[in-house]
Amino acid sequence: MKRKGGLAMNRSALWRSFRLATWLGWQIESNWTDPFLFAIYSIIKPITGAAILVIMYGVITQGRFEDPMFPYLYLGNAFYIYVGSIMTGVSWAVIDDREHYRTLKYVYVAPIHIPLYLLGRGVARFLTGSIAVVITIAAGVLFLSVPLDFSAIQWGLFLPTLLFGVFMLTMMGLLLAGLTLIMARHEFIIGEVTASALYIFSGAAFPLEVLPPWLRPIGFAMPTTYWLELLRRSLVSDVAQAFPTLSILSNAQLLSILIGLGVLFAALGALIFWFCDRLARERGLIDITTHY
Amino acid sequence: MQKHESSSSTTHVTHKDSGWRLFLRTVIARAYPRLIGQQREPSWLIFEVVMPIGTTIAYVLVYKALRAPEEYIGFVVMGGAMTAFWMNVLWSMASQLYWEKETGNLALYIIAPNPKMAVLLGMALGGMAATSLRALIVILIGSLLFDVTYRVTDFMQLFAVFLLTMVALYGMGMMLASAFLLFGREAWNLVSLAQEPIFLVSGFFFPLKALPFWVGIIASIVPVTLGMDAMRQLVFPSAFPFGFLDVRTEIAVLAGLAVVFLVSAKWLLDYVERLAVREGRLTESRR
Repeated sequence: MKRKGGLAMNRSALWRSFRLATWLGWQIESNWTDPFLFAIYSIIKPITGAAILVIMYGVITQGRFEDPMFPYLYLGNAFYIYVGSIMTGVSWAVIDDREHYRTLKYVYVAPIHIPLYLLGRGVARFLTGSIAVVITIAAGVLFLSVPLDFSAIQWGLFLPTLLFGVFMLTMMGLLLAGLTLIMARHEFIIGEVTASALYIFSGAAFPLEVLPPWLRPIGFAMPTTYWLELLRRSLVSDVAQAFPTLSILSNAQLLSILIGLGVLFAALGALIFWFCDRLARERGLIDITTHY
Repeated sequence: MQKHESSSSTTHVTHKDSGWRLFLRTVIARAYPRLIGQQREPSWLIFEVVMPIGTTIAYVLVYKALRAPEEYIGFVVMGGAMTAFWMNVLWSMASQLYWEKETGNLALYIIAPNPKMAVLLGMALGGMAATSLRALIVILIGSLLFDVTYRVTDFMQLFAVFLLTMVALYGMGMMLASAFLLFGREAWNLVSLAQEPIFLVSGFFFPLKALPFWVGIIASIVPVTLGMDAMRQLVFPSAFPFGFLDVRTEIAVLAGLAVVFLVSAKWLLDYVERLAVREGRLTESRR
């Protein structure tokens, strides 16, 4: 009975940590302006980011948007919005609370679960990222001939892949949050630098064959490469399979590799966060302010 | 202000600089942390170079995947270098007084006898010099990695374009520094919002001519737009067909922008200073 009650309390504490952190994160992200301006702000950055690629593509190909290359780079770039939003969202919470609001020390002494609190803080950016992804893809379908046929979408592949990717990126964000805990001064760009590097090695906007041969293994070691490929295949299967990078692999093989690498990166994220968190507590880094 | 103390007497002799001496000393003092202080953190150099070069490499690879003509690779490398300046103007000029407010230094700026314009000028000159080093590294790495060749057609014009672009760009930064002081928490978001949309409309990674003419005209209010277009025409002769306007016209517009932004910066700064004294609330941090 006692054990059951304890477990219930633990679950309650875990849920409370996540729920309140999500609410707090949403308030911080959104209440600096009115909802209309916030909506525009949330979508204009990723949309203009995608527009840069569209213009680059249009200039070189003289507007051949029906070429298979276009949906390949457009969809890869659209889903890549998640990588930046989720990873930066989770790790940024450390900087926001420690350096800006200077409340991280209070969060640490409160009866809440710290990793779940950080994950909850990242939910707001996941939500705004999701809106941006949907709008970017909708714009592609409506105005740029992205061949998305809703009846042909492999939902059974798309949804599990998407959800697993979100989980994997969240854990990678936790990894960055751990590193942020023990870093000073330049921690605020760690999320963006990581997202920028992953963009090159994930084949988001170009096939990995474009990379020099000695750099390609890095791309093949990144779970995001397989995640983006599976998302493309589940949405526009024929188009995505036209590219040689992963064409020899079936969807099942890709999914297996994604799950294997994803679990590995997630475990690494949890382990590194645990280690950095312990180090930060021992060194008294929880309440430092270095360079906001 | 300089203070000399005599060991043999209790009398304190105080030297107070004023006029142009105070102005000059303030400029040097504010530029110092950007020129010297920043170099003491070598890891910053890595991060500040890695970010623009990361974007540059990604866009170059997109062009390579599309089998674009070689000059486009050069366009992207130059755009990547100019990214460093735009980011510096946004994060270290426009939002600088806002940061100072957040960290509690702004009140000291306001009560100090130093000309505020000299503070902004010091920030601009220091930032410009430090960022030039980073931009140079981006160009060097980008050129070596992707074998970009440059052929300057007119060194005098190139020098004039670069100088005017920098004066106008940092003049804009000085003006925005005062304007952003009037904002609260939204300043951060506004600066963040001025990245990708400006990269798009200013043609950082493709020729400006690819955009509709009126978009190019509106985007020309950001000095880096015309500056980059002119520099591309002068450094890559094959880029002349991609030029948005004639180089001489662009030089004239940049000169006009430089004057407008510097005068506006002075006017806005005086306004903000008067507001700070009158209301006494401008220096409070609104987290």
